[in-house]
Amino acid sequence: MNRKWILPTLYILFLMLPIYGLLTMSFKTTNEILGGFSFFPQQFTLDNYIKIFTDPTWYNGYINSLIYVVINTVISVSVALPAAYAFSRYRFLGDKHLFFWLLTNRMAPPAVFALPFFQLYSAIELFDTHFAVALAHCLFNIPLAVWILEGFMSGIPKELDETAYLDGYSFWRFFIRIFVPTIAAGIGVAAFFCFMYSWVELLLAKTLTSVDAKPIAATMTRTASTSGYELGLLAAAGSLTIIPGAIVIYFVRNYIAKGFALGRV
Amino acid sequence: MRKSTNQKAWWLVAPVLLLVAFNAFIPLMTVVNYSLQETFGDNVFFWEGLTWFEQVLRSERFHASLMRQLLFTSMILAIEVPLGIAVALSMPRKGPWVSVCLVLMALPLLIPWNVVGAMWNIFALPDIGLLGYSLNSMGFDYNFTQQPVSAWMTTVVMDVWHWTSLIVLLCYAGLCSIPDAYYQAARIDGASGWAVFRYIQLPKMKRVLTIAILLRFMDSFMIYTEPFVLTGGGPGNTTTFLSIDLVKIALGQFDLGPAAAMSLIYFLVVLLICWVFYTLMMRNEAQ
Repeated sequence: MNRKWILPTLYILFLMLPIYGLLTMSFKTTNEILGGFSFFPQQFTLDNYIKIFTDPTWYNGYINSLIYVVINTVISVSVALPAAYAFSRYRFLGDKHLFFWLLTNRMAPPAVFALPFFQLYSAIELFDTHFAVALAHCLFNIPLAVWILEGFMSGIPKELDETAYLDGYSFWRFFIRIFVPTIAAGIGVAAFFCFMYSWVELLLAKTLTSVDAKPIAATMTRTASTSGYELGLLAAAGSLTIIPGAIVIYFVRNYIAKGFALGRV
Repeated sequence: MRKSTNQKAWWLVAPVLLLVAFNAFIPLMTVVNYSLQETFGDNVFFWEGLTWFEQVLRSERFHASLMRQLLFTSMILAIEVPLGIAVALSMPRKGPWVSVCLVLMALPLLIPWNVVGAMWNIFALPDIGLLGYSLNSMGFDYNFTQQPVSAWMTTVVMDVWHWTSLIVLLCYAGLCSIPDAYYQAARIDGASGWAVFRYIQLPKMKRVLTIAILLRFMDSFMIYTEPFVLTGGGPGNTTTFLSIDLVKIALGQFDLGPAAAMSLIYFLVVLLICWVFYTLMMRNEAQ
């Protein structure tokens, strides 16, 4: 009688199809791929994965990406926390304008900023470091983190703050010992979004790195253009990029629905 | 919430302000600087005034990419928003399937954008990809590297695949916040399914839906990596959206002046549309 499950099932099937295509291709040899289409790999091979895990140019790409994503998430969330608190608790000169200005940075197309960023980070000699990418990604991640956290904090009654101050807590002691644990779910959601947008972004990450901090995505695009058509290798590298995201989703899955409902996002 | 006035709150905002201003203000000024001058290399610049802006605003190439961009954005919004709402409405509210649905649906959101492009490229290859092969063997003539219509459809379907989940997740969260009592009241009143949707579910989703549409609008208007990897803007110029065109001019031809002027116009268009939309939604809410 209840046919509600059909639509989500079909939708998930549609989501899984390209991923399935990518996965099967990563287990095929180049010859088999170019030889024609087959639904399952005929000569099952792990060569593509072995190549990635043994070749430093490949596995360093993953390490580089993870490093700058983690740095970015830590910076974004830790500076966004006090700012979001200020926006949710106090009125101050120019607060509304400041909030909207922050959001406009979320609207700036990265393509607009690619070249100036390159010059700016070359000038301060951060070019080709993990720090450069992490800082550049702050442009769109900090506004988002402030936006999300502000929503969460507004849901927490101000009486909590006042009681703590009456009990003799200083601002920072209250903030770190009481307030931050109270909005742990919000921090989880904000960190999830920072991780997500920093992990998937390529244009700025590619522009700001050349060798030492080259992200996996850039390694992939360069391979795609130089070594001809090693589709199997490309598919294997692509499949591996799905894993960190999948792990993060698994950990925050319960917060996502709850987080959105509480927060203003 | 009642807020107290406290100018010291500026100190709490200062780190954010510094970091974002460093990243936003300096590059933006660089762009403004380029947009008003002409250079022949060697860091020698000549004042050009508003020449570049006039040139860009008159150029057919810019009009064409802007039109393609607007068409693309309206197409994906027209598909993703209803589809996302429909999927969110029919998702289970309780039980073990909730986690399964959430994790699987969120998966496309966390795949790097160039991998999304590469994945769809592989998926749609006419002779060896799953989609391309299936379509061709069913008798459709499909080749996204040569036919503009196929390229367009592939790009749109790719974006639907990539981003509908964001709308699903946001709407689902909105739906979860509706107390059971509302539904019980509706049942007692004998409300139809449509009435429940129109008068209970839609109003509750409005806030998250506004944010979902805004985010989708901004992101689809800036789309670069996925179509670039999938089609490279081709065949011809048929899928060259604004960002792709901009990068072609700025880094490909190194025409800094026109590229900078185009950047600013582009940014202003995004800002303007977002502002109009935001104001309209807020006015509706106030009523």
